[in-house]
Amino acid sequence: MKACLIVDDSRVVRSVARGIVRQLGFETAEAADGAAALEACEARMPDVVLLDWNMPVMNGLEFLHALRARPDGGRPKVVFCTSENELPHIEQALAAGADEYIMKPFDKDIVETKFTLVGVL
Amino acid sequence: MSPHDFAYLAGLLKQRSGLILTADKEYLLESRLRPLIRSRGLTDFREFVNALRTGDRALIDDVVEAMTTNETSFFRDIKPFQLVRSFVLPALLAARADTRQLRIWCAACSTGQEPYSLAMVLDDERVRLEGWTWQIVATDIAPSVLAKARNGLYSQFEVQRGLPTPMLLKHFTKSGDSWQLKEEMRRKVMFRTVNLLDDLRGLGRFDLIFLRNVLIYFDPPTKSVILEKVSRQLATDGFLFLGGAETVIGVTQAFEPVPDQRGIYRPTGTTPTFAVASQPARPGLAGVRA
Ligand SMILES: C[S@@+](CC[C@H](N)C(=O)[O-])C[C@H]1O[C@@H](n2cnc3c(N)ncnc32)[C@H](O)[C@@H]1O
Repeated sequence: MKACLIVDDSRVVRSVARGIVRQLGFETAEAADGAAALEACEARMPDVVLLDWNMPVMNGLEFLHALRARPDGGRPKVVFCTSENELPHIEQALAAGADEYIMKPFDKDIVETKFTLVGVL
Repeated sequence: MSPHDFAYLAGLLKQRSGLILTADKEYLLESRLRPLIRSRGLTDFREFVNALRTGDRALIDDVVEAMTTNETSFFRDIKPFQLVRSFVLPALLAARADTRQLRIWCAACSTGQEPYSLAMVLDDERVRLEGWTWQIVATDIAPSVLAKARNGLYSQFEVQRGLPTPMLLKHFTKSGDSWQLKEEMRRKVMFRTVNLLDDLRGLGRFDLIFLRNVLIYFDPPTKSVILEKVSRQLATDGFLFLGGAETVIGVTQAFEPVPDQRGIYRPTGTTPTFAVASQPARPGLAGVRA
């Protein structure tokens, strides 16, 4: 079973995302900020990361930079999932190595599309 | 609604659009027509049906329009668009090397996501299409969806269903909460109101036809009539794409499925495109990515 790491500081968003991602056939792990997400990757590198942008401690973009700097950090697909919906943000995310970008609010259709696009479904 | 009124409306709909309304869809008819009844200042279905019986053309068109299902998305089902790139385009590039012209028809294009997806695929193939001219004609029975299609303005939700983010960045500008396809891409698609039940010959010949997710609404005789008319608008070595739940098998002799390529059909008797090496499948939409 493929693994998805859900990174979001909102417990509600994590639980919605968890429901969707499990329905799509993934095992899930969760983290509430970028630093915790890096630890989770340390323990087990996921196949895909669903990543919020604005979080305390370490934000999504900082996490992405740190992840991609790791020797094995190129492997997971990273799909941003954030309420930042302006072009410069999206461009910045892709330039930093994100594979896809979801603008909140999201639903199962959108997650499914994006996971298909990055090749994990 | 009385059974009599229902029968009249179902008959009108079938005659004008081909759409089949079975008795279990009465709720659909009621819920979709109620706003129309109100906007006309009428009180109930009896009055509404009487107004239709006078032959009010505009009202009849409104009924047809209200009853169509316009569900669509960018790169719907993904696979057909990958196959256009990996299988159909190479075949057509070889077959049309002398004229260097391609004509594509989206025959029930709804709000435009399908023809624009094709335009984005072809735009991606700019290098291979250097020196070629291509045209996409997109048609639908419903003027209101075509108006939206021409504007190329989509909600945040719509652009996230199917559209790869690199393509969003490349081809759209943000406009308030919506996203608008850039003018240069909108210009590549020509939209026209066309009822598939009508004479289609004025549209001319095409090399590739997308007729997806519309036959499902018709009964078998209507399906075969439409497929036969469509076959006359397709080059003898052209390609037809149907929706995932649609087929020509048992419906018409005019087309046959392309072996091992789900959803693609060719005019019966077309020489197989054995010379075309299909490119290996890649995950996701990588193949049509910006
Ligand atoms: C479900 S949409 C399919 C859109 C697109 N082809 C896709 O696959 O996503 C069906 C469209 O068929 C159109 N339609 C229904 N009856 C038609 C007819 N008789 N002639 C032309 N278009 C028709 C409807 O207006 C609607 O926009």
